Amino acid sequence: MSSPILKLVAQRIALGIVLLLAVSVLIFAGTQVLPGDVAQSILGQSATPEALANLRAELGLNDPAYIRYFHWLGGVLTGDLGTALSSGQDIATSIGGRLWNTLFLAFCAAVISVPLAILLGLLAVRYRNGWVDKLISGLALASTSFPEFFIGYLLVYFFAVKWQIFPGISTVYDGMPFLARLQAIALPAAALTLVVLAQMMRMTRAAILNVMQSAYVETAELKGLSAFSIIRKHALPNAVAPIINVVMLNLAYLIVGVVVVEVIFVYPGMGQYLVDHVAKRDVPVVQAVGLIFAAVYITLNIVADIASIVANPRLRHPK
Amino acid sequence: MLDIKRIPLPALVGIILTVLFLIAAIFAPWIAPHGNGEIVGDVWQPMSAQFWLGTDNLGRDLLSRMIYGARITIFIAVLATALSFTLGASLGFCAAVLGGWFDTLMSRFVDLLMAIPTLIFALVVLSVLPSTLVTLILVMGILDSTRVYRLSRAIAVDIEVMDFVEAAKLRGEGMRWIIFREILPNALSPLISELGLRFIYAILFLSALSFLGLGVQPPDADWGGMVKENKDGIVFGIGAALIPAAAIAMLAISVNLVADWVLNRTTSLKGGRG
Repeated sequence: MSSPILKLVAQRIALGIVLLLAVSVLIFAGTQVLPGDVAQSILGQSATPEALANLRAELGLNDPAYIRYFHWLGGVLTGDLGTALSSGQDIATSIGGRLWNTLFLAFCAAVISVPLAILLGLLAVRYRNGWVDKLISGLALASTSFPEFFIGYLLVYFFAVKWQIFPGISTVYDGMPFLARLQAIALPAAALTLVVLAQMMRMTRAAILNVMQSAYVETAELKGLSAFSIIRKHALPNAVAPIINVVMLNLAYLIVGVVVVEVIFVYPGMGQYLVDHVAKRDVPVVQAVGLIFAAVYITLNIVADIASIVANPRLRHPK
Repeated sequence: MLDIKRIPLPALVGIILTVLFLIAAIFAPWIAPHGNGEIVGDVWQPMSAQFWLGTDNLGRDLLSRMIYGARITIFIAVLATALSFTLGASLGFCAAVLGGWFDTLMSRFVDLLMAIPTLIFALVVLSVLPSTLVTLILVMGILDSTRVYRLSRAIAVDIEVMDFVEAAKLRGEGMRWIIFREILPNALSPLISELGLRFIYAILFLSALSFLGLGVQPPDADWGGMVKENKDGIVFGIGAALIPAAAIAMLAISVNLVADWVLNRTTSLKGGRG
């Protein structure tokens, strides 16, 4: 590990922290865009002036916006996310289990989709312009055009209703046996996999093809190496960085896709929690959950950057 | 020039389907056999000669709802795409031509907006805004304009250093002339193929918001909202929710096929590959 890599990595992490702070400002500002105030929109037009004044005091709306921001940020940094307006419950405790559920679902989808996508991408390069390749570009067209709920409800319709293999509603609870939990999330995980798979395959294929057209691969071909050993020895090491990038971008996409998929399967995760509280106009919950989603998304993007810096053979062996 | 026989089959299918959807959207009140909110039968009746697609969760004719839904879906998506293009392209071109602090400020702000997943930020903003069509179009258009901004800025930066732009500047033309007469005509073909993709994205985004109950509010419904209305039937084996979902997929695929074809044509016109 040489110093230019360390310097680049440190730069990326510092940039990420600055970005996170800026995003927290933006999310806070995003809930202040209303010309009236939040108290009015929560209580509706028919609210009495006393109720409005009480709620304003409770929300601290009488302070200027930047003081409320720093108050909120200080709370978030010390793990205090505030209390939900609609139920009066502590947000951090309600989020705990849900965050774990969401990460578990996204993790399962990633474990299936990443190796599958890379394998299929490699196959597509090996049998370029053949039927595998055509199938992949067809699937990619479909998956960029299908809404998540179309894929989700098709799965429910066939696997849960017609053939009754998996449950159509993913109920999970604490202390549930691991296998039962896996069976419960089979359909949502499959839906998420299908959403990201084609895109990931196509980008992997493009990354490897890009490397395959370079001069050193041509040399290896002229030397008489077989197609698979060219891919394994020459193409893959140079394609690792772009592939890691592809994987991370799609994992970041998974984090967003999870919102709709959780609602389809009534899965008790962060997405469901966010959507419920947007409908109830419960601003503190929306801010907290929005910030967590954004933080995970940004972290994945930074990890992608760092991984591709570390995996780059040119940076690892500087002249 | 354009010869119908030389349009490849996928593009032709795409064009025909897109036009059919557009016709349904524009002439909805004359085509639909029943009214939008009219209750005509029992709940979730199967497909029959009377109700071609069956009835929905309140006993309304699903085919008529689909046709009216096409109108709302396409109307909002078109306006949001138009807003995102006007805003994104004009700011992007200005940033490229002006450069300096305006460019830096805009580009950093767009980076910041794109660091938050669009759906998440839309949900955050929609939690305090009133649920009206205007808010929906503004939120969708403004959030999506970040992508158009990046593309048009990148294109305009390339064009801006070309000789004919230099010549126009030396002639003493103003910024308006340079943007509209020099840069815009040359940036048009990549922007048009992007237009198709942004439109698909707007449709999918709107459908997702409405499906989550935060887009178009009842009694009106776009296709995403209709999926939400009918989703409870799925567990009883009633596929009514799958029909609007399939319509969204079909519209998106058709526009995709057309956009692909336009992209290939414009690259080949420029002497690119193919």
